[in-house]
Amino acid sequence: MFAISLTHYLVVAALLFTIGVFGIFVNRKNVIIILMSIELVLLSVNINLVAFSAFLRNLDGQIFAMLVLTVAAAEAAVGLAILVTYFRNRGDIAVEDINQMRG
Amino acid sequence: MLAAIAFYVLAAIAVISAFAVISARNPVHSVLFLILTFFTAAGLFVLLGAEFLAMLLVVVYVGAVAVLFLFVVMMLDVDFTELKKGFVQYLPAGLIVALLLMVELGLVAGAATSAGGAPISLSPAEPSPITNAEAIGRVLYTDYLLLFQMAGLILLVAMIGAIVLTLRHRPGVKRQDIAAQVGRRRSEAVELKDVRPGQGI
Repeated sequence: MFAISLTHYLVVAALLFTIGVFGIFVNRKNVIIILMSIELVLLSVNINLVAFSAFLRNLDGQIFAMLVLTVAAAEAAVGLAILVTYFRNRGDIAVEDINQMRG
Repeated sequence: MLAAIAFYVLAAIAVISAFAVISARNPVHSVLFLILTFFTAAGLFVLLGAEFLAMLLVVVYVGAVAVLFLFVVMMLDVDFTELKKGFVQYLPAGLIVALLLMVELGLVAGAATSAGGAPISLSPAEPSPITNAEAIGRVLYTDYLLLFQMAGLILLVAMIGAIVLTLRHRPGVKRQDIAAQVGRRRSEAVELKDVRPGQGI
C-alpha cells in the first residue's frame, strides 16, 4: 500500500484519460470544454510517459513527454484561434451545427 | 511513507479536479480546475523525479495554455447555460464508452505491470550524481537534436497559424501608410497664399 509502484501511476493516468474522453462525449456542444478535455487526455499520456521513464530509468520517455507538451500547446493555440474566428463569423460557438464546410 | 501520502493526495486531487473540469457549470471554473489539475500533475512529476518536466508543465500549461483558455472564455460572449443542455442527453453513451475504456486500460495496466517482462518494479527516486535537467539537456541537444528543432518548427507554424487565423482587417480603421507618407510631395501638401496685411484670408 505504501510502496508506490508503476501501477499506481498508470491507474491515475488511466482515470484522467477516461475522464477526458468522457468529457468529450458529455460536452458535445461546448467546444471550449472539448479542448480542455483533449488537454486532460494529453496530460494523462504525459503522466504515463514520465512514469515509465522514471521506473525504467530511461530518459527517452521524458523527452517524448516534452514533445507531447509542445504539440499540446500548439494544438491549444490553433484550436482557440479557430474558435475565436468561428465565434466572430457566427456569433456563437455551438459546434453541433458546424456544417458550413460541407462541400 | 511520506511519498506515498503525497502520491495519494495528489492523485486524488488530480482526478477530482479533472472531473470538475468537465462537469463545472461555469467554464471559468473549468479553466481554474484545469489549472489545479496541471499543478497536481506537476507534483506527481516531482514525485517521479522529473523536476524539469514538472517546471515545464507549470510554466507552459499553467502560464500559457490555461491563461489562453481563460482569455478566450472571458472574451467570448456566449450563453454557456445553453451549451450545457446536451449533458444529460449524451450521458449514457459517454458513460458506456468511459466504463469500457476504464476496464480496458485497467486490464492493460494490470497485465503490463504483472507480466514481469521488463524490470519495472524499481523505485523511481534514486540519488543521481547529475540533476534531472542536466540529464535531459545532455540527451536533448545531442541524440534528439532533430526532434528538438522539429518541435521548435511546430511551435513556429502554430504561432503563425494562430496569428493568421485571428488577424482581420476592419474597414474604416485609420492605419499608418508609410508609402503614402514617404511619397508625399510638396506640391500636394503645401499651398502658398499671398495674404495682404491687415485683411486675413
